[in-house]
Amino acid sequence: MNPRTAKLLINGLLLGASAAALFPLLWMLSVSLMHPGEAGALPPPLWPAHATLHNYRELFLRAGMGRYLLNSLAVSTAITALSLAFNLMAGYAFAKLRFAGRERLFRALLGALVIPAQVAMLPLFLLLKTVGLVDSYAGVIMPAMATVFGIFLVRQYARSMPDELLEAARIDGAGEWRIFVQIVLPLMKPIMVTLAIYTFLTAWNDFMWPLIVLTGQDHYTLPIGLASLAREHAQDTELMMAGSVVTVLPVLALFLLLQRYYLDGLMLGSVKG
Amino acid sequence: MNAPRAAWLFLAPALLVLGIFFLLPVIGALGLSLTDYDLYALADIHNLRFVALHNYLALLQRPLFWSALGHTVYFVAVGVPLSMLTSLGAALLLNSPLARCKPFFRTALFAPVVTTVVAVAVIWRYLFNTKYGIANFVLGQLGIHPIDWLGDPHWAMPTIILFAVWKNFGYNMIIFLAGLQAIPPELYEAARIDGASAWRQLRHITVPMLGPTLLMVGILTVSGYFQLFAEPYVMTEGGPLQSTTSVLYLMYDEGFKWWNLGSASAVAFLLFLIMFAVTAVMLKLARCGEPREQEPA
Repeated sequence: MNPRTAKLLINGLLLGASAAALFPLLWMLSVSLMHPGEAGALPPPLWPAHATLHNYRELFLRAGMGRYLLNSLAVSTAITALSLAFNLMAGYAFAKLRFAGRERLFRALLGALVIPAQVAMLPLFLLLKTVGLVDSYAGVIMPAMATVFGIFLVRQYARSMPDELLEAARIDGAGEWRIFVQIVLPLMKPIMVTLAIYTFLTAWNDFMWPLIVLTGQDHYTLPIGLASLAREHAQDTELMMAGSVVTVLPVLALFLLLQRYYLDGLMLGSVKG
Repeated sequence: MNAPRAAWLFLAPALLVLGIFFLLPVIGALGLSLTDYDLYALADIHNLRFVALHNYLALLQRPLFWSALGHTVYFVAVGVPLSMLTSLGAALLLNSPLARCKPFFRTALFAPVVTTVVAVAVIWRYLFNTKYGIANFVLGQLGIHPIDWLGDPHWAMPTIILFAVWKNFGYNMIIFLAGLQAIPPELYEAARIDGASAWRQLRHITVPMLGPTLLMVGILTVSGYFQLFAEPYVMTEGGPLQSTTSVLYLMYDEGFKWWNLGSASAVAFLLFLIMFAVTAVMLKLARCGEPREQEPA
């Protein structure tokens, strides 16, 4: 194969694959702007004849989508902030602070990764029911406040920090907390950004646990609200597409804005890990 | 403040969270799976009885458990290789020196990964609608009769597999890309000088050098795919004729629809054991295969 054909073939394949990846998302946007019933036609229309925001109005005024959106924002933000703080502290301790049994404890945590999260869900539900946290924001947030993956990622990153820096601060009489806040945290900024985006996306997209613990629609997050709408309004394609846009757009926008940090962090984590 | 005490204070919040919300419930699940915890016990804990391994034995005799396991294994056995081949193909294309506009393609191919399963499953339900879906429209243009993608027990799982590949391949693509970029270019240089074809370079340099990455990605993808739940929940509700009911779907129904929490915990533990066994076998096979050439997973 001569280089010209090869180049054409490779770029053609990339273009085709990208089109396949993006087409459903673009079409979702297009259908969400159609009038009710317009999408149920043959051939399937690619563009709305007259674009309308009718479906979005319907979602926010009647279907309570605004509430779900705020719930999702609140829950995902809280999970991101809290788990970032806890994972940073723990990951740093595993990397740089000395204590008996450190390596053994860390290995035990890594070992726990083989247990799928769903094993814990049934007793967790009973536990939260006992303390009255079923159907509350706390019920979604609290179990996500620390993750083994997050601790692992921070530890990998923190290990490359020079020990001399911390020793010098200790000799100067700085307390451990002050060292963490004033020296360690600024150095960890790149991994903080990566972990924050990753956690926010995971929390936003999480489905099974919120579905279990949120029993009333007042606390529904967007995926749960959308799934319940999809069962009620199975045939209202245009409305459902608008619901999908509202659910997907915030995370997609976040990803597009911060993708450099996210993808680079992901590649870094995979090579080191 | 001395160092060990400081360390434990730094660890305390995360360890407490993991202990209370993960470790404790996992131990609880083991206990729960040995009881007949159901709606009556939920109302009054005195109705709870210890039944030893009864839940497990009962499950192993239920056709529904075996069919759910069968569907899950089908999803894993077809979905994981398909997904990984797509990821590897995309990564190879992106890594080629001939590719243009790499940042754009990388972002476009990764975009489905960050989307919400529920939302994109709703889109696919429309794309694969029997009457108005674009999939059947395109097939119709080619003279092929419409397929009842999500309503036919033979087609529902393949459709979900296709969806899962579309949604997930971008993630492993990025991991593979990192692995490919870590291969020293001199190896290819030498191969080219020796006159090795592109295919032989792929087989004798790229795949062996990616070995550890392939294994890691394989294990992670297998355990991820064993946890199939949201896709059938939204796209088919486990149907038609329960042809897309996965093990986790069964656990969810058993636990939170029928409130048989004891039996549902047994389902969860069996799934864990199966995943553990499969991972162990994969690691073992990889170790056996090491001296020889490594096959792509």
